[in-house]
Amino acid sequence: MSELAIFIADDEAPARGRLRELLDDIAQEVPTRVVGEARNGLEAIERVPESGAQVLLLDIQMPGMGGIEVARHLARLPQAPAVVFVTAHDRHAVEAFELNALDYLLKPVRGERLAAALRKAMAAGPTAAAPLARAAGQAREYLSAAERNRIVLVPLRDVLYFKAELKYVTLRTREREHLIEESLVALEREFADRFVRIHRNCLVAKGAIRGFERAADEDDEPRWLTVLDGLEERLPISRRQWPTLRDLVAEK
Amino acid sequence: MTSIRQNVYPDALPDFRNLGVIARVLLGVNVLALAAAVYAAPAWPQFMEQFVGAAAYLEPLLLGSVVLLYAFAPLLARLPYWPGCAAVLGLVLLLAAGSHAWWLGASGILRTLALAALLVALLLGYLRLLAKAYSPALAEARLQALQARIRPHFLFNSLNAVLALIRRDPKRAERTLEDLADLFRTLMSDGRQFVRLADEIALLERYASIEQLRLGDRLRVVWELDAAPPDALLPPLLLQPVLENAIYHGVEPGTDTGEVLVRIEQRGQRVVARIENPYYPDHQHRVGNRMALANIGERLQLFFDAEASLEAGVRNGRYVVQVELPYRSREARRA
Repeated sequence: MSELAIFIADDEAPARGRLRELLDDIAQEVPTRVVGEARNGLEAIERVPESGAQVLLLDIQMPGMGGIEVARHLARLPQAPAVVFVTAHDRHAVEAFELNALDYLLKPVRGERLAAALRKAMAAGPTAAAPLARAAGQAREYLSAAERNRIVLVPLRDVLYFKAELKYVTLRTREREHLIEESLVALEREFADRFVRIHRNCLVAKGAIRGFERAADEDDEPRWLTVLDGLEERLPISRRQWPTLRDLVAEK
Repeated sequence: MTSIRQNVYPDALPDFRNLGVIARVLLGVNVLALAAAVYAAPAWPQFMEQFVGAAAYLEPLLLGSVVLLYAFAPLLARLPYWPGCAAVLGLVLLLAAGSHAWWLGASGILRTLALAALLVALLLGYLRLLAKAYSPALAEARLQALQARIRPHFLFNSLNAVLALIRRDPKRAERTLEDLADLFRTLMSDGRQFVRLADEIALLERYASIEQLRLGDRLRVVWELDAAPPDALLPPLLLQPVLENAIYHGVEPGTDTGEVLVRIEQRGQRVVARIENPYYPDHQHRVGNRMALANIGERLQLFFDAEASLEAGVRNGRYVVQVELPYRSREARRA
């Protein structure tokens, strides 16, 4: 049996040490090899793709980015690792987080449980995105795109707009565009407090709206365009969305 | 004190040095005097005159009594309840008799004494009822303190950290378990008994050393305790939850080193404790902070009434919690 490539992500050094010890203890049963470690969520996103890890032991409460969001981004990798969450939450919290659909271990972790979780994770393969999204319970702080074998993160606060185009959604920041594989409807639902729909195919960041410009009338009816902070491009507002937008700006 | 007390809430004389008690006495007597003036005034418009007339006679005696009781408070506190009440009554009657004789001579002195005795009885009864009403709340406070304190996240992470130490550094593992034991002993102790500030500080240090083990370089605690009066009395676990919050909200969310300041000092007759931590606005959704603070505020009020204060807020990008309490040492209070 070949060795299983494991990646450990936990912000507490003793916790990482403990997992390594346990992996040693169960080496007879489940041979493993630790291919990398991370001390926080962003480090994990950076290091996991190139580590070739098959299983990721992932702490849920980490600074920077929590474990569940990390798993959601890593799920975009062509060869995403199977994820086993590790948490010091009590059972109530575990239920509240809907983690039951996922593999998780409670700290302090026992050797037997770890071995069982590793075997199960290998049999099940990469963790699916849908239960992760359900478990997240709150909006992501970052959006992500898989580029070759790495994950590019875009902080949500940098996003000016999302625009749906055929198969992809284009995400625009001040600097550049990214293509992400998500649906505009799901984005609208997840980020309802920070983004507003201005058109059938477009969501803009509420905080980035500077004002509206009137475009040349085509058929008597005035058409409005959105002016966004730091962007030359003007985005058309549909007639249907115009009253909502007008009210939103009036509230400010 | 060591035996199990059947009567959990023994009657106790009010603390005559407590601002809340003094305010209630002053207010109570004046409200009664006002009521008497309204009743005694021949016609509605004259009641104010009546009150002012009565006040000129009443206020010196009232203020004198308050000062007298303030002065004798430590002695009175040593007496059992009923003899204590008798002593309070005696002191006030003595003062009333003295001042009446001084100003008005012997005539009508019985009326003055009867009135004073009635007022004393009324106020002592009122303060006793008030204490009774608070007593279940004090028991509740203990429970709340307990429940609010055992954050499962902390307990399980600490146990996990100790497990990680057992093979590599058994000595440190032992020490950490001892620290945890001390912490939990205090958590489960009687929350109604005052502790010495030195003990609360020792607890803070134990708690911090457990957190240090988990968080390593990410946690830096700066202690400024040179001016802390070790013998000051305070309810147990008053400051530990504040430090726990500081670390939970101010250090754990960060990837870099977070500095927590713990400064405790005596300023005149006040003890001022200040705990500061880095502020992460995005992490305010971690609820529980306000709950813990509300719990501390409630306990401060139960123990010190109006004399203690709790302030929390963001200052210069740091989250600051400041607790102020009156300085009391063992001598000033019945053990």
